[in-house]
Amino acid sequence: MDKIFEKPESMKDAETHYCQGCGHGIVHRLICEVVDELGIRENLIGIAPVGCAVLAYDYWNFDVTEAAHGRVPAVATGIKRSLPDRIVFGYQGDGDLGAIGTAEIIHAANRGENIVIIFVNNMVYGMTGGQMAPTTLLKQKTATTSSGRNQKMHGFPLKVCELLSVLPGVSYAERVAADSPQHIIKAKKAIKKAFENQINGLGFSIVEVLSPCPTYLGLSPQDAVKWVGEELTKEYPLKVFKDIK
Amino acid sequence: MSNFASCLRQLAKLDMVNPMSKKILMCGNEALAEAAIIAGCRFYAGYPITPQNEIPAYMSRRMPEAGGIFIQSESELAAINMVFGASLTGTRAMTSSSSPGISLKQEGISYIAACELPAVIVNIMRGGPGLGNIAPSQSDYFQAVKGGGHGDYHQIVIAPASVQEMADFTMLSFDLADKYRMPVMILGDGILGQMMEPVEFKAETKPAIKKDWILDGCKGRKPRIIKSLFLKETALEGLNLKLQKRYKEIKDSEQRCEVLYGDDSDIMLVAYGTTSRISRSAVEALRKKGKKIGMIRPITLWPFPEEALKKLAKSVKSFLVVEMSCGQMIEDVKLAIDCAMPVHFYGRTGGEIPAEDEIIKKIESING
Repeated sequence: MDKIFEKPESMKDAETHYCQGCGHGIVHRLICEVVDELGIRENLIGIAPVGCAVLAYDYWNFDVTEAAHGRVPAVATGIKRSLPDRIVFGYQGDGDLGAIGTAEIIHAANRGENIVIIFVNNMVYGMTGGQMAPTTLLKQKTATTSSGRNQKMHGFPLKVCELLSVLPGVSYAERVAADSPQHIIKAKKAIKKAFENQINGLGFSIVEVLSPCPTYLGLSPQDAVKWVGEELTKEYPLKVFKDIK
Repeated sequence: MSNFASCLRQLAKLDMVNPMSKKILMCGNEALAEAAIIAGCRFYAGYPITPQNEIPAYMSRRMPEAGGIFIQSESELAAINMVFGASLTGTRAMTSSSSPGISLKQEGISYIAACELPAVIVNIMRGGPGLGNIAPSQSDYFQAVKGGGHGDYHQIVIAPASVQEMADFTMLSFDLADKYRMPVMILGDGILGQMMEPVEFKAETKPAIKKDWILDGCKGRKPRIIKSLFLKETALEGLNLKLQKRYKEIKDSEQRCEVLYGDDSDIMLVAYGTTSRISRSAVEALRKKGKKIGMIRPITLWPFPEEALKKLAKSVKSFLVVEMSCGQMIEDVKLAIDCAMPVHFYGRTGGEIPAEDEIIKKIESING
């Protein structure tokens, strides 16, 4: 009998530390599947962020480092410029990329660094206990917006792909979601395209993945997934914002 | 500013540059940058700040010629983290800045120390605190030798006192960074960076250290992880104790200093970098008058030359620490000699520079 499904070689045999229904595990696996399919595992350096995904190296079976909070794009720049024939990607959350690391992401993108950024947007700081993220929706309740996010006090949800796509250095920006099987298949295609862009020397690619965080949404895993697909996509439309190819 | 200008004249007592010699007239910042290239530095990231701007400008020209990478980063934070990334690939990497910019780099330096990465960080100090001014200063001593960033770590700190040493110690810094896998800071100041002196570049003779810990793709080996998160307390204590063991080894073998009239001095001046040059002039002037005055010049500020100071403490009557600060290194002098005798202080701050006659006056007041 032919084997039609297996654990990617790029994925370690590890028990997950993520909460039930968390989207990180799905995104980790999609990256590993793409890495295997492109045959780049032994030529790859990944960068884990600060946040829930800091332990990504517990799951990834390739070279990985870990950057200070928000500094993933700067570290990726240093690696990629030093080893231009290696494949370099950074994995960032919404606080990491959209708050403390906005300077680094904008300038890495604007320089057109030939790297891939996988941006997992779950609208909340997970590791520190569910505080407001830059991407938190208006009216969304978090540990630091107990009455809901109010634009007068907290500003508006930050639209990262929309912002970055206007920069000439960006070759590819797409927002996908890790809720339904259809969306996850699309997410994998986007991640694969981003890595292919780097292999082809096209410059900076970012894939934003809307991802459920049931724990801090206060929802069951099923309801959190539903919320991502039905509510979140109204504020954060799934689309290709830029594709130079 | 007149004090600054007169000191520049005082310091730049240049020999005639002989066209037949290999000496080149250069400013300290450029000599340092060229020496980094000779030492095999192939990655530089930095952000403009006075008085170190000659370094990135020189690197922007020379790095491409040498086949290396120059990046003008969006911030000091980005620069130090780019160095982090370059270093973990095994590339010799450097960043430079001046005091306020070095404060911003502290986060990255702590991560570099924790991840056991070699890196050279140049601080051409200016007056502080805050935005301060762009005149020379030595007021970042505490920050440089006591840690600066968070956590139980050290960096090696080297203090040049001439343009020649800006070049020589840069090459030494890369060797030490690779040998001990840790950050090395070159602590200069605005005078050392800006003034011109003849410099002779030496070829890099030390063989490159094999780096079997780098990330370059896991082909033919097991994947590696370079990180600083250790959630288990025992694991983090293990890292810290390992680092401390290395620091002990460095303290035992890398203390460097220069001693002037160590055998028969009653008063020993302690000064590094620019102030050591002015202090040297004061010592020589008083020696001509038959006064028993000497000087110890720390070259490594961490590890501090405790052994040499302890030895001197057996014969001298007192120490006089001269700094361009309100008194920072003086604490390490007192610690080194266990406060066994008086340790006097003379300092100017805010970009002001101690003049030779001021130092002589201070010495005479101690004598009297």
